[in-house]
Amino acid sequence: MSDARGLPNTIVRLTVRNHPGTMSHVTGLFSRRGFNLEGILCAPVDGGADSAMYLLVKNDERLEQIVKQLGKLYDVKSVTVQDDLDHTVFDRIEELLSEAQRVP
Amino acid sequence: MRSSGASLLIELLQRQGVQVVAGIPGGASLPLYDALGRSGLRHVLVRHEQAGGFLAQGIARSTGTAAACFATSGPGATNLLTAIADAKLDSIPIVAVTGQVPTGLIGTDAFQEVDTYGMSIPVTKHNFLVRSAAELLEVVPEAFRLALSGRQGPVLIDLPKDVQTSRIDVEHLPEPGVADPPAEPDGAVLAAMARMIAAAERPLLYVGGGVVASGAEEEVRALSAACGIPVVCTLMGLGIMPPEDPRYLGMLGMHGSMATAHAVDRADLLIALGVRFDDRATGSVAAFAPRAKVIHLDIDEAEIGKIRRPDISAGCDVKRALRRLNRMVARSERPGWQAEIQGLRDGHSLALGEEESHPGNLLRRLAALAPSESVVSVDVGQHQMWAAQWWPVRRTRTFLTSGGLGTMGFSLPTGMGAALAHPDLPVIVITGDGSLLINIQELATVAENDLDVRICVLNNGHLGLVRQQQELFYGENYVASRFEARPDFAAIARGFGIRGHTLRLPYDEEALAAALCERGPVLLDIEVPEMQNVYPMVPPGKSNVEAITDSPRLTADAGSRSAT
Repeated sequence: MSDARGLPNTIVRLTVRNHPGTMSHVTGLFSRRGFNLEGILCAPVDGGADSAMYLLVKNDERLEQIVKQLGKLYDVKSVTVQDDLDHTVFDRIEELLSEAQRVP
Repeated sequence: MRSSGASLLIELLQRQGVQVVAGIPGGASLPLYDALGRSGLRHVLVRHEQAGGFLAQGIARSTGTAAACFATSGPGATNLLTAIADAKLDSIPIVAVTGQVPTGLIGTDAFQEVDTYGMSIPVTKHNFLVRSAAELLEVVPEAFRLALSGRQGPVLIDLPKDVQTSRIDVEHLPEPGVADPPAEPDGAVLAAMARMIAAAERPLLYVGGGVVASGAEEEVRALSAACGIPVVCTLMGLGIMPPEDPRYLGMLGMHGSMATAHAVDRADLLIALGVRFDDRATGSVAAFAPRAKVIHLDIDEAEIGKIRRPDISAGCDVKRALRRLNRMVARSERPGWQAEIQGLRDGHSLALGEEESHPGNLLRRLAALAPSESVVSVDVGQHQMWAAQWWPVRRTRTFLTSGGLGTMGFSLPTGMGAALAHPDLPVIVITGDGSLLINIQELATVAENDLDVRICVLNNGHLGLVRQQQELFYGENYVASRFEARPDFAAIARGFGIRGHTLRLPYDEEALAAALCERGPVLLDIEVPEMQNVYPMVPPGKSNVEAITDSPRLTADAGSRSAT
């Protein structure tokens, strides 16, 4: 899976503390540092104490910085780059969104 | 023990060793102040919340411990943000506590409500919105642990009013938060670094604020001496090397000496310690140390490779790494490189030109007059760069400056914090007529607390560094950089109950000495030439070796306008 310019995307998986400010910390980091963020999936795990967050990002030379900066966030408990992860989950979201656009 | 959230917060701050807290009370922090008034904690009433943040910074920067400040919700919190951002960029450990509207009113646009939590995310290391008094037992020690651990920085605790007033039973108070033990460097990596140093012909140490935070100046000096390695410092690293050391070349960067620029250019190995390759230090990154392999040690792993990819690196505490590295390195004199460095020092040392009136001469005179144990707090602008160039800084934590954010208005409130932390030491505040006006209300705090602060205003009637750039890069199109109104700062000081003196060129030496050597508070309004420029100056986008070293009238070209 790649973006419009043909750059390959990859998925960064985070385990985060599940509280109201966490999403702001993560998305704020991306906008503040000028990193691209193509998509986010987030759901509670471990009975709701934590959340798993999947970030669809470009697999370019900035990926290392993204991972290091995410690792510094207090609410982020783990960061892994999952090259092997099936991207179809995001593909299906894209399908869903394009369907939604067709509905008036 | 039954306690309110507010009393619990105060008690937890005291258990952290906080002795002074700066701030201004307001509606949403009244319970906090009620508890404060019943405790033994000293409060310093500042006259603008930003000054409270800088006062805490002055304590933290001059002692290395974490300091605290208070503000109320809304405008109190927004006023504080600049000082917090300043602490973030210079990695200074402070804990800010802000009052917030009661939990039930959050999100309703209540009186003096802003989203302090949301606004402080980008400028803090971490922040907390406290939902219950019980959470304080975890949040306060955690805030101090975070502020002090790894790369230090500011932490904010937003405390709704109802959490301050709510009562809880506390059985055990938590242990104070302390810094985590820093990561140990890998022995094999250090051994490889030692081999690289041994193999290098022209190694150069490039050291900065991380060395100060780590307390590793002795180790840097030892490495330099043992291996014959010359040293350049960043603005934040001034004081790591004694000014007289023959291996010390001074500050590098936009207004650094040409000797440092040429040494960096010539080096075949750059040993970067506690530095982040900031653009003001490197100039054009592509042309920075073009012949050098790079060793990078920094406690923040994310700084490694952020700007310049090192050949070998370790994300660890610099002091621990150097202690071990210094036992591994082979002693060396490097006579050829030493001779070349001596040649650079002789040929490219900073010059004051012929003019007796050059502010560099004034700063050297002030430094000679000031008690040697003085702490110096400088503001932002030309005087800051002249002070960095000419004030002989002999110890770390004695030259306090806003390096990363470059916040005008920094020096007076930060100097107040240093004076509170070191009541036995004089604090010399070096400021400009532009910078002083930004926090001049703090003269009231200085007077009220009878602080030994000796304020030297280098008065050129301009925003000097802006005027200089307009001269050099914008075809002398001076816009909004000249002050038409010229306040009488000595009279203003007297209006606050502080002695004030005006010194005009040529200076009355005796009056200068008498004014600077009396116990503060005192303000000296010192005239300096209006059109003096800071040199060298690296034009935007250029490499450090391309610095302008004297006063050609450059015309602006399109290229130089693109980056600042």
